[in-house]
Amino acid sequence: MGTPADDQALIRGRPSFLRLLARQNTIGLIAGIALVIFVGLAIAAPLVAPGDPVDMSPIDRLQSPSEAGWLGTDVFGRDVLSRILFGARISLCVGVLSVLVAAAIGTMLGLIAGYVGRWQEYLTMRLMDVLFSFPSILLAILIVSIWGAGFRSIIIAIALIQTPVFARIVRGSTLALKHVEFVQASVAAGSSTTRILVRHILPNVAAPILVQLALSMSGAVILEAALSYLGLGAVPPTPSLGSMLSENRIAMELAPWTVLFPGLALGLLVLCINMFGDAIRDLLDPRLRTAMSP
Amino acid sequence: MIAFFARRVLTVFLPTLLGISILVFGAMRLIPGNFVDVLIGIGPDVGQAQRDEIARSYGLDKPLPIQYLLWLGNTLRGNMGTSLRTGEPVAGEILARLPITLELAGLATLFSLLLAIPAGILAAVRRGGAIDVAIRVIALVGLSVPNFLIGTLLILFVSTKWSVLPTTGFVPISDGLVANLKSLVLPTIALGTLLAASIMRMTRSAVLEELGRDYLTVARAKGLAPRVVVLSHAVRNALVPVITVVGIQTGYLLGGTVIVEQIFAVPGIGRLALDAVSQRDYPLVQGATLFIAAAFVLINLLTDLTYGLVDPRIRVPD
Repeated sequence: MGTPADDQALIRGRPSFLRLLARQNTIGLIAGIALVIFVGLAIAAPLVAPGDPVDMSPIDRLQSPSEAGWLGTDVFGRDVLSRILFGARISLCVGVLSVLVAAAIGTMLGLIAGYVGRWQEYLTMRLMDVLFSFPSILLAILIVSIWGAGFRSIIIAIALIQTPVFARIVRGSTLALKHVEFVQASVAAGSSTTRILVRHILPNVAAPILVQLALSMSGAVILEAALSYLGLGAVPPTPSLGSMLSENRIAMELAPWTVLFPGLALGLLVLCINMFGDAIRDLLDPRLRTAMSP
Repeated sequence: MIAFFARRVLTVFLPTLLGISILVFGAMRLIPGNFVDVLIGIGPDVGQAQRDEIARSYGLDKPLPIQYLLWLGNTLRGNMGTSLRTGEPVAGEILARLPITLELAGLATLFSLLLAIPAGILAAVRRGGAIDVAIRVIALVGLSVPNFLIGTLLILFVSTKWSVLPTTGFVPISDGLVANLKSLVLPTIALGTLLAASIMRMTRSAVLEELGRDYLTVARAKGLAPRVVVLSHAVRNALVPVITVVGIQTGYLLGGTVIVEQIFAVPGIGRLALDAVSQRDYPLVQGATLFIAAAFVLINLLTDLTYGLVDPRIRVPD
């Protein structure tokens, strides 16, 4: 591992990245495949779901898993499997959207703070400290109390919570790159600050951003589920893996499948994201790679 | 050390606290609608005279920065307004719930330390073996299963299979210590699992790092028993960074209590904050979030200081 050819492959193209993952990290690859299946099912939820996720049918409530409904029905007679599929769709949607927003804003702030320095840096980084020192659930509570429960509030909350991590990482890398020769050469050639940041620095901080995207995703999925569990996120009857746990709690002794399956789906989803994120980090973080090689 | 302390307080602690207070203050002013209506809530109709009185007491006729300073001054003197629901002072409501949350957080920390440190040491000593693999898998699962899911599963298991423990409801310490602790067993496990998983991982890698050092080879070479080598040499040195990092993690427990208290109906600060949101009791939301966030920053400061005390290199400014 860590041969020059591998390094070259990492820099050059994505197909070889996958090949590298397959060769070096079997668990990461399995997690990645499971994740692709998860995403595929979530995207195809309207096609593959056997029933309607919100359609209530009081006669059919709390049916145990059978051929008619593989995972049974919940307290309102809704098909549990369908709700899990649509719930996963929402988890992934909220996760991807909020983390992308956080990455975009955080990267921009980090680039400016790291490259421009001066008071812009001090102000940005102190602001990031403040956001960072707020327990995430609490920040979400504040935001929900302003704009009410719902996906808009959740996405804003998760994005705000995740932004400081990206800003810190990008600022650190930018500071290190600022005085490297190829950047200085571009300065000497008269490039504008924007051009230097976008063309020269951004491509070189991409790897740590990618790693953090994967790590932040699991946090975002958990937070969405937690907020929906507390009734601050998904507004009923919208299915969410988190709200399924709290909705069915009153009946779970009688019908354990109503909470066990959504719980299993949530746990597996987060586990896959975590393992895949770890695998990407091991591949892209040169420090860890040298530490691991014999 | 005193210089280090002062620098931390001045450059990190105070600016962060100030930022948090601005954030919480600003958030309340962003709520749609007239701020006097927000303060009155959905209570009985009040006359114009009373509205003016409220506006005056909050300084609403003055510019925002002045309003902020007035509010900050009141808060620092312990006056955080009154709850819209109960009419009691917010500070009193918070202090009444504080011991319960502290007890829960303390028990969860204790639980995770007692479980994770021996497990982490064992995994490091048996590196690559079956025990190591099992412990690492458990830690990974612990990191991936959110606390509300653990809580739900615990309640399900205890209520159907093993009804020794009460599943929800909190028994105050005045009703007997045993009953009190029994009512907190499940919340403690739900809250402490994540912390336990991360302490386990940290302990394992810290002990592994120490085990590879030269002085341990010397200790082994001079014929010390393996138990002595591991426990009184490697572990003692490995645990210093671990314990200090636990401090930072303990701060995150405060956020976790919000959810865990809700699941198990434990009347702590987290539940207070959540109830306040659903009842649109804004002074209480403001007070509770400010209090928890400040406690979080304070724990981080204490952790920083402990770290500086233990590792002198930290004290040198960079």
